[in-house]
Amino acid sequence: MALSRADVEKVSLLARLQLGPAELDRLTGELGRIVDFVEQLSELETREIAPLAHALDVANVFADDVVKPSLPRDEALANAPKRDDECYRVPAVLGE
Amino acid sequence: MSDKVSNPTSTPTHTPASNAGSDAAGNSASNSASTAPYELVIGLEVHVQLATQSKLFCRCSTRFGAEPNTQTCPVCIGLPGALPVMNREAYQLALRTALALHCEIPAFTKWDRKNYYYPDLPKGYQISQFDLPMSRNGWLEIRDPKGEFAPKRVRITRAHLEEDAGKSMHDEVAGRADSRIDLNRTGTPLLEIVSEPDLRSPREAKAYLTELRLLLVYLGVSDCNMQEGSLRVDANVNLHIATPEGTIATPIVEVKNVNSFRAVERALAFEAERQYEAWLETGQRKGDVPKQTRGWDDQRQITYGQRHKEESSDYRYFPDPDLAPVTITVEQVERIRAGLGELPAATRTRLESDYQLPAYDADVIVNQESAFVAYYLAVADGCGDGKQAANWLTQEVLRLMNERNWTIGQFPVPASGLVELLAAVKSGKAPATRAKELFGAMVDGSLALDAAMERLGIAAVSSSEIESLCRQLLADNPRIVADVKSGKAQAAASLIGQAKKRNPNVNPNDVRATCLKLIEQM
Repeated sequence: MALSRADVEKVSLLARLQLGPAELDRLTGELGRIVDFVEQLSELETREIAPLAHALDVANVFADDVVKPSLPRDEALANAPKRDDECYRVPAVLGE
Repeated sequence: MSDKVSNPTSTPTHTPASNAGSDAAGNSASNSASTAPYELVIGLEVHVQLATQSKLFCRCSTRFGAEPNTQTCPVCIGLPGALPVMNREAYQLALRTALALHCEIPAFTKWDRKNYYYPDLPKGYQISQFDLPMSRNGWLEIRDPKGEFAPKRVRITRAHLEEDAGKSMHDEVAGRADSRIDLNRTGTPLLEIVSEPDLRSPREAKAYLTELRLLLVYLGVSDCNMQEGSLRVDANVNLHIATPEGTIATPIVEVKNVNSFRAVERALAFEAERQYEAWLETGQRKGDVPKQTRGWDDQRQITYGQRHKEESSDYRYFPDPDLAPVTITVEQVERIRAGLGELPAATRTRLESDYQLPAYDADVIVNQESAFVAYYLAVADGCGDGKQAANWLTQEVLRLMNERNWTIGQFPVPASGLVELLAAVKSGKAPATRAKELFGAMVDGSLALDAAMERLGIAAVSSSEIESLCRQLLADNPRIVADVKSGKAQAAASLIGQAKKRNPNVNPNDVRATCLKLIEQM
């Protein structure tokens, strides 16, 4: 199952990454090798093995519903490329 | 500034018209307007915020109305390395709701990442549930006390637990300037409740929402405050049109941004007509065009097309590796089911059978909060007359609550106070003609019955006091006495007015009877 250039184009659109033709070529090759690597798993016989939802054999991990302090606003907003005193600022969200 | 519910996505597993109509339980498949040349097919998705103190996967507060971006942490704003942990209370509230909706609870459930790109979704994915939701295959019964549609069980496809997104605020004054993002809401627990397309009219849709909200409030799992976005409704709607070539289905439209139940009703009525007109014009059927999303404009009372992003439905779900799955045993499920308490539908039935209430009265009482039902039961049991109690509650108590914007918890007269008043009226201690006035005084001054009687100057009048009052009246009114003696018994009526002037507490019937008796003896 080789990864196609069109696959990479589609995924980059979904991730809002703007890739040039050279980048698309390079990533198609690199990501393709990763997919091929994982693809080796299909050589295994799995008919007798139940599907797994989690890599660890754990379930029912809960926390109590108790409020703890949040981040100070300035710290929360510290990494925003654009912000004001209260909010993150982003290019206008699509109108109606 | 306008806040928008900005999650642009829907649950892709829900395809409203795919299995509509024929197999809906108890479904007579009648149109809202019997003359309409089509059948309206509606499925509803309701998102309800669960009443936890902290968020679903972190311990930030869920309090509404805080300063923007003051209730966030590395987990809910998606900083690298943060680890989400499931809120036990959120899961329990979701479970109670699912059971109250008669859902099956699978022994195993897990959470998945739903990937999409939107500024109010900092992680780039929403933690939701895809193929193994925590509950499925339930139902909610709706009925109309006025009988405008037949009772029916609306099937619930699934109810699953997921996290909310943040809020985008668009500065309209600044035109196409930036949007501002507040992530306080990000990660708040939501229960998404998806119905099958079993609803056939705007009225049924409204009844479903009303009953669902009542159930959620009874369970105490949500405050269901629509102004604060605690309950949000999306409607999937299309038409089945009978044509000479057989029944055809029009394209499914999802209506979003509907912020009151009345608006849902209107949006659906509008959409039915719009889709019919569109079909006449274009002949488009389901499958000819992609599913369309439309918003509801409450000012103009119309739905409008929203821009549809290409590929927006490719969510690339996969199990969230950071979250452990949840398992539950039949015993655990049954223990929770047993602790649900009496739910609205059962209470209605009980009021009708045990308290001989008409369906309408039972409906009015049960449709209030559960504390109101408790108040009713205390009054009904205390006075021994279910219908009398219902009359007082639906007329006086509810009227005062509405007028003064009180909840029953804020009502100044406890059930025991009303019971005392009704007992006093029955025993003759308080005049029946002034019972409502007395109740008003008890309410206004937060008074017990005796204090209210004193405030209004109402005192029990003994029969000897009545007799001496009547003797004086007769002595002062020889002409009336003569009239009555000559056979005009109705002449005694004017004596009653005079009696009330001299002592407002006298019972008019007692005065009349005593006067007539005394005249006879003269």
